[in-house]
Amino acid sequence: MSDRRYPETVADGFPVPPTEFTDREDRTVEIRPYEGTEGAYESLVAMYDAFDPADRAQGIPPGGEKRIREWLDAILEDDCYNVIAWCGDEVAGHATLVPDGDAYELAIFVHQEYQRAGIGTHLIRGLLGYGQAEGARKVWLTVERWNRAAVSLYKKIGFETSNAESFELEMGLRLNEEEGEEGEEDAT
Amino acid sequence: MKVLCGIGGSDDSFRALDRTVERAAVANDDLTVAVVDNDDSAVTPAGVMERAREAIDDAGIDADVRRVEGDPGSRLVEIAEREEFEKIVLGGGHTSPMGKITLGPIAEFVLLNAKTSVTLVR
Repeated sequence: MSDRRYPETVADGFPVPPTEFTDREDRTVEIRPYEGTEGAYESLVAMYDAFDPADRAQGIPPGGEKRIREWLDAILEDDCYNVIAWCGDEVAGHATLVPDGDAYELAIFVHQEYQRAGIGTHLIRGLLGYGQAEGARKVWLTVERWNRAAVSLYKKIGFETSNAESFELEMGLRLNEEEGEEGEEDAT
Repeated sequence: MKVLCGIGGSDDSFRALDRTVERAAVANDDLTVAVVDNDDSAVTPAGVMERAREAIDDAGIDADVRRVEGDPGSRLVEIAEREEFEKIVLGGGHTSPMGKITLGPIAEFVLLNAKTSVTLVR
């Protein structure tokens, strides 16, 4: 759909990964863009293979290793932005921006072992910092309206609700100015 | 079984059509295909009706194809009630670039308001 709405103003700057922090369980977590190595890919598969189906959202992550690999192959393409939260060599969480016309669709997953420790906030900020630095302009997402933790996280980040008429809420965020807008200011 | 399949021309609605026709051939369902309004569809209602008739002919079954104008969700529910259909079949939703499944407004309305069983085809 091309009629998605976004906030008028551009969001503040987000931290550009790699970044490192200590989570609320005292674990050292590093946020890094996905490197595309076989090791990183297999660690990601392992995280999703062990992911609690109760935390699925609108059918993703899919169940079963084969479907997980098919899904990952699609969202790890070169035109996507992927960021991983690492705890040692284990994947604690993964966030992704997948192109959709002139915008990107966002999704984020934190493994059950690592939830409620502040990792999601760092991970989504890292993803948005990465996308912002790479020039992505608009980001949208959908979230089940009963998923209050997720909705409040997105609001805190700066997402605004753009469509509340369906089962899922749709939210949008502006990461960078539209092309030309900055240039006009410079010209004066 | 008396089955009402609602389609508007989206990809998932055609998938629902094909599977319902296939199933009707095996189960000897009494099938009606209702072609509803869908502004987002790239296919005209006439094109959707033709597509439905083709599927029915290919399967060698006898089924009614009907153009239903007006609000799709409420019209489907109304027809199902008035004509005592036992089941409504619809497309199972649109898939976002991310792979997330989103139900359209027609499916949402029918799910919440129908008195019959509702099948969403994936």
